[in-house]
This record gives sequence, structure tokens and C-alpha cells, in this order.
Amino acid sequence: MKETLSKFKFWYQKAGELGAQYYNAPYRAAIARAKREEDDMFMLLVFSEMMGVPNPASWYCLELQPLLLDRFHQWHQRMGMEHSPLDNFRCC
Amino acid sequence: MSAIVLLVLGLGGMALGYFFYSRFIANHIYKLDENFKTPAHEMEDGVDFVPTNKFVLWGHHFTSVAGAAPIVGPAIAVIWGWLPAFLWVTVGTIFFAGVHDFGAIWASIRNRAKSVGALTGEVVGKRARAVFMIVIFLVLLMVNAVFGVVIAKLLINNPGAVVPVWGAVAVALVIGQLIYRFKFSLGWVSLIGIIVLYALIYVGPSMPITLPASTLGLSASASWILLLFLYAAIASLLPVWMLLQPRDYINGLQLFVGLILLYAAVLIANPSVVAPMINMNVPANTPSMVPLLFVTIACGAISGFHGLVASGTTSKQLNKETDARFVGYFGAVGEGALALAAIIAATAGFASLADWQAVYSAFGKGGVLAFVDGGAAILHAGTGIDAAVASTMLTVMAALFAGTTMDTGLRLQRYIFQEWGEIYNIKWMGKALPATLLAVGSCLVLAFGAGGADGSGGLLIWPLFGTTNQLLAGLTLLVITVMLVRRKSPTIYTLAPLVFLLVMTLAALLLQLKGFYDQQKWFLLGLDVVVLVAAILVTLECAAALKAEKRKAAEAE
Repeated sequence: MKETLSKFKFWYQKAGELGAQYYNAPYRAAIARAKREEDDMFMLLVFSEMMGVPNPASWYCLELQPLLLDRFHQWHQRMGMEHSPLDNFRCC
Repeated sequence: MSAIVLLVLGLGGMALGYFFYSRFIANHIYKLDENFKTPAHEMEDGVDFVPTNKFVLWGHHFTSVAGAAPIVGPAIAVIWGWLPAFLWVTVGTIFFAGVHDFGAIWASIRNRAKSVGALTGEVVGKRARAVFMIVIFLVLLMVNAVFGVVIAKLLINNPGAVVPVWGAVAVALVIGQLIYRFKFSLGWVSLIGIIVLYALIYVGPSMPITLPASTLGLSASASWILLLFLYAAIASLLPVWMLLQPRDYINGLQLFVGLILLYAAVLIANPSVVAPMINMNVPANTPSMVPLLFVTIACGAISGFHGLVASGTTSKQLNKETDARFVGYFGAVGEGALALAAIIAATAGFASLADWQAVYSAFGKGGVLAFVDGGAAILHAGTGIDAAVASTMLTVMAALFAGTTMDTGLRLQRYIFQEWGEIYNIKWMGKALPATLLAVGSCLVLAFGAGGADGSGGLLIWPLFGTTNQLLAGLTLLVITVMLVRRKSPTIYTLAPLVFLLVMTLAALLLQLKGFYDQQKWFLLGLDVVVLVAAILVTLECAAALKAEKRKAAEAE
């Protein structure tokens, strides 16, 4: 009985592995690529921060400033600062 | 005659083809080597190049190549009688499709898993590559336009299928979220997904949905086509894990269940084939069987689209070179089995010859609807499933196939536009949204340009899809043949199908050209001319490349 059960477990596990492969195989590349791009972006940010290399992302962040303004304002108030702590980023 | 005879002869023939002919091709023509390091190992990167279990790869390859085409083609072609369609599907699968699909994988892995398009450029020449790009674009365009019409027709003819067909999209969306966001086990999710899908099929007939006969001046068919393209555009822009991946998966499971049920029903019910063996009494305006039979049934006998899948993704995941025989040849056998099921459903699923003739009252009238009606009758008789539910089940099977092919087709077409945007430095065309709009737009132009306000242009161009697809197969066979000449292997096994295909394709194109001119269908005439020019170029390239290779081989000796 025990042997049958372990056999069944083995086959169930095997079928599960093949099923997962069947599910993933056609799209593995697209999903892995998307994940790799995210990792690359993260690596770039962390690495440039660590080495003091001017971060290319800050250029693009400038464009986001108007969009972030509201959220920034709420953030510094939550943090107990009445006004923006940054000289070059005044919101109120 | 009993349908079981057809079933046994067809499947038996294909099995013999797999066990004997494909072994001969593997050992003596392609000379597969178990020790050859496949690109999946040589270039393994965990992204594109991953060695994969051969059964998994077969499942992936088979479900990617099996769309609605192996159902639509044979179900139209039985208008000439069951024998020609049956012979072309079995002989085509054994000697044409198997060698072609298997060869495409082999040619690709011997060239660092390059796609057939890239291979054509290297092996045959740059001109052939340019023709290739045009032919691929046309095939995708036609697939999308055709399948839009096919699904619209199915939904109008069977309003009970609307709930399960669109419900399947919701099921797929939920499955995707459950697996990726909530990390549910795949086994349970698949089981629940399949149960929900079949429950929807069961309740569908009691909740029929029909669109109004006219909305803003558009017919129901035109409205469905527009809705389908809107859906396909959104689906092609979403990340693949959200919709495409779970949808293809559920669809694949449904294909296996559906095929097994249909074949079991044939064995239990033992229906008689009511259609004539060779139909001498074809309706008026039915084109000549030769050469049209060989382009009407493309997928299911031989299809260029398979070469794209074989060299595009399958070859990058092949674990051992010797697996190519199982994955490629047996993949073609799977598709042949689906086409055979379509032939049986469309010829043996009717009560009498008169019933059959009433459905096949004109060329193109039978098609996928005959498959659904006939198949449902067989399913009902064999398994006792309620007739309305059986009919909904087959409608959902055909519609889901066409739907997933449309999603992928539109995505691929979008990539072509984006690629052109990059090549010609047109910045806006390189972005996803405009490229998708261009892809959808070109399909709609075809659907409504060729079919008028009804949007049924897709079905009118079906035989043109067949010819374009056969051209693609011809180009792939050419690449394989040139490689065989270089390796001093016998070429007759690929050259003979190549010559046959080109002769039939050219004859069909010329015949259609005359037909379109007589009927004053200028849009189709223009499209026909484009395909014809491509066909002639392919033929010339074939002759030139083979001559050059043979001369080189002779000089070397």
C-alpha cells in the first residue's frame, strides 16, 4: 500500500513537472525576456548609484516631476515635514 | 461505408508513415545524429534556447500549428467527395507534411536554430528572402481576416456558443492571475479551468446571445468581426502571461479532450459515410478539383505555417537531434488526425445524402459549419451528449482555435510592422500601439474590401490563403533540398513534393485569376497577381539555386 502510494506520488509529481513545462514552453522566452529587462533596469540603477555614476534615469524622472508632485506633497506631510525638505523640489 | 474504415485506414496509414517512412528519412536522408549538439545546448540561455522534454515539445509544437485551418480546409474540400480529401490528407501527411515539418526543424538546428526566413537568405539568396517576407506577411494577413469571418459565422450560427467562447477568455484571465499572482498549483488550476469551461459549454445553449440584425448600419456578421478584431488587438498588446499563455494552454487541453471524444464517438456509433466517394454532381460554380483540392486543404496535408513554427521556436528547444523525428513528423500526424476527424464529421455526420447535399449546396457553403453539425450528430450518437451541447462543444473548439491563432497572428503581424518601422527609420511605426492599429487596419481592409459591408472577405480569399501557404511550404522545401544537395544526400524525397506543390499552386492561381476577372472582383484579382508574382519568383529562385548547387557539386568532384 505504502509502495503504491509513493509510486502514485512519483507519477503525480512527474506529471506536474511535465504539465508545468507544457504550460510554460511556448511563452517561456517572452516572460523570461520581460523579467530579464526588469533585472537589467534594476542592475543599472543600483550599480550607478553604488559607483556614483550619474544616473541616466534621473533625466527621465524630471519628466515625471509634475506627475509626482501631488504624491510628494502628501508624503512629506505624512513624514511630519510641513514643507518640502528639498530645496530644488518645492511643492508648497 | 462505415466511418470506422476511414478512421482505421487513415490513422493506420499515418502510423505506418511515422514508424517506417519517417525512420527511413531520419536515417538515410537527414542522417540524424544523436551526438550532434543542438542549439538548445550549445546556446542555452534560459530564455530562447532551453532543452525541452520531447513530449512537452511535441505538445507545444502540435498545439501551435493546429489552428482552425485543418478543420476549415477539409470540411470545404469534401464537396468533391470524401475520397479525394481523404487521400490528400493521408498521403499529404505521410509524404509531404511529415517530411516538410521534420525537415524544417532539422534545417534550422543545423544552422544555429535560425528561422526559415533567415535561412532562405543564407542558403538560397537575398531575393528569395525578400519574397519570403512578403509571403509571410500575406499569410498572416489572410489567416487573421479568414479566422475573423469563421468565428463570426460560428457565433451567428450557434448563438449558444457565445457565452462559452467569450467565457473562455475570462477563464484564461483568471487562470493567469491565479498562477502568476497567487502561485496556485497548475494541476488544480487546470482541473478547475477545464470544469468551468465545460460548465459554460453546458449552460451556453440555454443562454443564447444574438446581435441585432443591424447595428449602426452594420450586419451582425460585420459587428462580430469588428468586436473580434478589437479583442484581438487588446489581447496582442497585453503581456503574454495575462491572457495568451493561459488561453493557449486551456485550448490545448480542450483539443486533446475534443479529439479523443470525437474519435471514441466514431468507434461507438459507427456512422455511415453518406457523402459520395467522388462527387460527380458538384454544385454550379464549383472550381475544378485539380488543382483546387491541393490548395483548399493546406493545413492537414502540408502547410508552410508549420515551417515558421518549426524553425521559429521548436528548433531552439530541441533536446536531441533525433527528437526532431518525433516532434516534427508526429506533430504533422497529429494535425492529419484532426483533418481526418473533420472529414469524417463533414461526411458521416448527416442522416442521408440529401441532407448532405442540402448543406453542400455551393462551393464554400459546407466548411466549418458542416464540421460542427456533422461532428455534433456523431458525438450525440456515440456518447449520448445532448445534441445542442455537442454542437456548442465543437463550435467552441473551432472558435477557440481560430481565436488563439488570431491573437498570435496579430501579434506577429504587429512585429513585422515594428520591424519595418526600425528598418526604414519610421519612428511611430516602431511603437506597439500604432503597429497594432496598422495590423488590425490591414486585416479589416481585407475583410471588408473583398467582402463588402458584410466583412466576409476572409472566406472569399480562403483558396488564396491556401496557395500562399503552399508557397511558403515550397520555400521551406527548397531550403531543405539545397542543403541536401550540398550534403550529397538523395533529394527526390523533398524535390518531388516541392515540384508538385509549385505546379498545383501556379495552376490554381491562374485558374483563380481567370475566375476573379470574369466575376470582376478587382480587389481579389490584385491580391492574386501579387501572390502569382511571388509564386513565379519562388519557382525561378528554386531552379536557379538548385542549378547552382548541382554545378558546384559537380565541380567539386
